[in-house]
Amino acid sequence: MSQLSGTLAALVPAIVAAPRKGFEIPPTNEIFHGKCIIGSGTLCLNRTSILLFLVFAVLAVLLIAATARPRLVPSGAQNLVESIYDFIRRDIVIGVIGPEGERYSAYLVSLFLFVFLASLLEVIPGIQFPVTSRMALPAVLAIMSWLIYNFAGIKAKGLGGYLKGIMFPPGVPKPLYLIVTPIEFAAALILRPFTLAIRLFANFFAGHLLLVVAFVGSAYLFLGNPATKAFFVLTLVGGIAGVGLEIFIAAVQAYVFALLTAAYIRLATVEEH
Amino acid sequence: MHVLHVVAGVLGILAEIKGSVSMIGYGLSAIGPGIGIGIMVGKTVEGQARQPEMAARLQTTMILGIAFTDVLALIGFVGLFIAG
Repeated sequence: MSQLSGTLAALVPAIVAAPRKGFEIPPTNEIFHGKCIIGSGTLCLNRTSILLFLVFAVLAVLLIAATARPRLVPSGAQNLVESIYDFIRRDIVIGVIGPEGERYSAYLVSLFLFVFLASLLEVIPGIQFPVTSRMALPAVLAIMSWLIYNFAGIKAKGLGGYLKGIMFPPGVPKPLYLIVTPIEFAAALILRPFTLAIRLFANFFAGHLLLVVAFVGSAYLFLGNPATKAFFVLTLVGGIAGVGLEIFIAAVQAYVFALLTAAYIRLATVEEH
Repeated sequence: MHVLHVVAGVLGILAEIKGSVSMIGYGLSAIGPGIGIGIMVGKTVEGQARQPEMAARLQTTMILGIAFTDVLALIGFVGLFIAG
């Protein structure tokens, strides 16, 4: 038994295996900190950005390989990619924006796949770090969506018409515009991209912390006090259930990000009656 | 007099709290979205049971509504880590 514990102790990181008085979770800046791997200074490549390029490369290779020689009757990878594209197009583009939103379906499908794969890194053995749990990636994606729905609105209604549509919703009694206009303006131009980014970031920040607590806790219970050895099964089972939950959350959050972008495009371009 | 005694006691307990008080803030911020999402999902299930042919559209709208609501709890969660 002690030999098994010794072998396990060699496998887990020192921060987990080191004997200590009480159970401690490493501080969050230690979990999410990226040490420079290539280069130095503020523009170096750390683990997060290398994983980001990995997601980009995998997605590019998968999509290009799947659609390089399209066949009339799809099979294999082409089938998979086409069914994902069709799902997003039918559910989000046609369902939310309508037939005139067809031109956005390429962006929304790439957004969905990218967010899904970047978040799925959380549960892939050996990597186990969601790129979306650092604020930079959700912020950039939210800014991109912000630019796209604003351009779509300005293109559809002109700058004046677009701002009027945002700031003066119809059917409101005149004096109430004093309150409604600032709220609507802030909601459409500031709160939308902000909440879009926060939602994605906080979900995977929380999810990664959850899995870290569960698995560090299991290792502590197993390697620490002999009296607690029996209880590590509980936290381990909880952690494994958490992995399943995180896969589900990655899919839902990617779907929600694309859905909300489509809803914002719809709100920006729809004609008021 | 009795009420003042209780208030003083509660304030004394609050002053004694150690550790992360912002954890309580996160708990408070989770109440509203919890109630809201519960009502929303319940109403959606009601609607789906009444009109099964509308189920898919109701589901999309429900997910949209949940996304708008649950961001409040998530902001509370981020605030917990910002406040420390």
